Amino acid sequence: MNAGGLSEFVAMGGYGFYVWSSYAVAAVAVAFEIVAVRARIRAAVKSALRPDRAVSVPDDTQ
Amino acid sequence: MAATLEIPEESGESSVWRGFAWSLRRDLKLAIRCKAELGVQLLFYVIVVTLFPLAVGAEPLVLRTLGPGVLWVAALLASLLSLSRIFAVDFADGSLEQLALSPKPLPALISGKIAAHWMSTGFPLVAASPLLGAQFGLPADEGWLLALGLLIGTPTLSLLGAIGAALTLGLRAGGGLLALLILPLYVPILIFGAGSIEAARAGLGASAQLSLLTAALLATLVGAPLAAAAAVRIALD
Amino acid sequence: MSSIAWFRLASPASFFPLARRLVPWFSAGAAVLAAAGLWLGLLVAPADAQQGDAYRIIFIHVPAAWMSMFIYVVMAFWCAVSLTFNTRLAAMLAQALAPTGAMFTVLALVTGAMWGKPAWGTYWAWDARMTSELILLFLYFGYMALRNAIDDPRRADRASAVLALIGAINVPIIYFSVKWWNTLHQGASVSLTSAPTMAATMLSGMLIMAFAAWFYAIAVALLRVQAIIVEREKNFRWSGELLRWIR
Repeated sequence: MNAGGLSEFVAMGGYGFYVWSSYAVAAVAVAFEIVAVRARIRAAVKSALRPDRAVSVPDDTQ
Repeated sequence: MAATLEIPEESGESSVWRGFAWSLRRDLKLAIRCKAELGVQLLFYVIVVTLFPLAVGAEPLVLRTLGPGVLWVAALLASLLSLSRIFAVDFADGSLEQLALSPKPLPALISGKIAAHWMSTGFPLVAASPLLGAQFGLPADEGWLLALGLLIGTPTLSLLGAIGAALTLGLRAGGGLLALLILPLYVPILIFGAGSIEAARAGLGASAQLSLLTAALLATLVGAPLAAAAAVRIALD
Repeated sequence: MSSIAWFRLASPASFFPLARRLVPWFSAGAAVLAAAGLWLGLLVAPADAQQGDAYRIIFIHVPAAWMSMFIYVVMAFWCAVSLTFNTRLAAMLAQALAPTGAMFTVLALVTGAMWGKPAWGTYWAWDARMTSELILLFLYFGYMALRNAIDDPRRADRASAVLALIGAINVPIIYFSVKWWNTLHQGASVSLTSAPTMAATMLSGMLIMAFAAWFYAIAVALLRVQAIIVEREKNFRWSGELLRWIR
């Protein structure tokens, strides 16, 4: 793809702002969701392992 | 210790109707005792309606265009405001549990409560609406059409709202949550109610909208007490 | 498969390892499909006759809108299962789906606005589809808010399930009434759904992106349900693998 083609691609026929904002919002939303869910799992695991919770973690040898 | 309710002990086919009538009578008596509360509901409606000319100016054409929508939206909000009262008092003193345990079908008892609620809060709005419509420059025939639409629509609002009130029984989150849950369900009623005036103005006649409102009322008459009863049982467990 | 095996799977603790195993597959599938869809949509499909390159937003907007509605239906389905069979896992699956459904709804609304401006001159035109989409967002928020407001998880399960089912019944009614409202107040006569002459590459790009969104939704929901199971299940037999989440 030559340089002219790339800049045309980015410009999207003059609608670049709208098109790329949409794709950016989608990317941000997806990334945010994934990060948030993983953080949620981490927090849940940490909370369940607190000493006051009556949960025991067996060794991997069991 | 909860006050013991004297629920008539019979059961059987007539128990649906008798349960409804008993519950209706009981809740109406309770409502009449708190006359001040009823007045407040109607006053809220009038005040909200009055806010709009204050906000958009008293230009007659604008008011006439906005009038039906304003009166319907205010009716929705007034309905929301009073909904928690359907179950809150009985829930607080334990009577609701006794109602749930009685041999009478709970949907029938709840229907009676909803009917009493509508009579004390919805019907006054219907009666006041032609007067308020006149304030917005609505001609007499539109005023009556508005009242008719509200007459069919406000019971539906009470029925749907009762489901929301039952789902949110005893929760701290209260009014705002109830509004979030119920207002999307109210949207079709609002659209067809306010739309009936629009249609009449466009010369199309309001019969289609009124028929749809009636259909909605009939459907909710059957479905809402069942759903509300399920929701009450969920809340009581 | 014997019915006994299914019921054993219905306990959250035994579903957990299955969810863990499935996530990587659906994630990989989503990534591959998205790459293919984006390649088709951004590079291969030609510019539209009327809208030029602005139409390329549909490769995000339409799949997002489809998923927002599809996820609500699936959520309502699991709610119905949880009420009928009184199972926790079905309710947890519904609980796991809701935030993703809401995310797709917001995405559909935002991209719809981004598409509206170049195509019809205004970000928001109160057309039937977008207005219904907005109300769908309120339905999602209502479900999540009700869950949040109830402390007892089982009451939260049942109450929100009733709400979701009532919402599901009402969605067609709401859509019909909003459509009627839109035709009466003949504002912008836009038709976001009309794509009479769609090039084959446009259509396949949209469909592939829809499948990518579907796989992604499954992967995220399976991830989230793991978090929910850990949060809610007391008699959970731990495996050391879970420790890697906090290392």
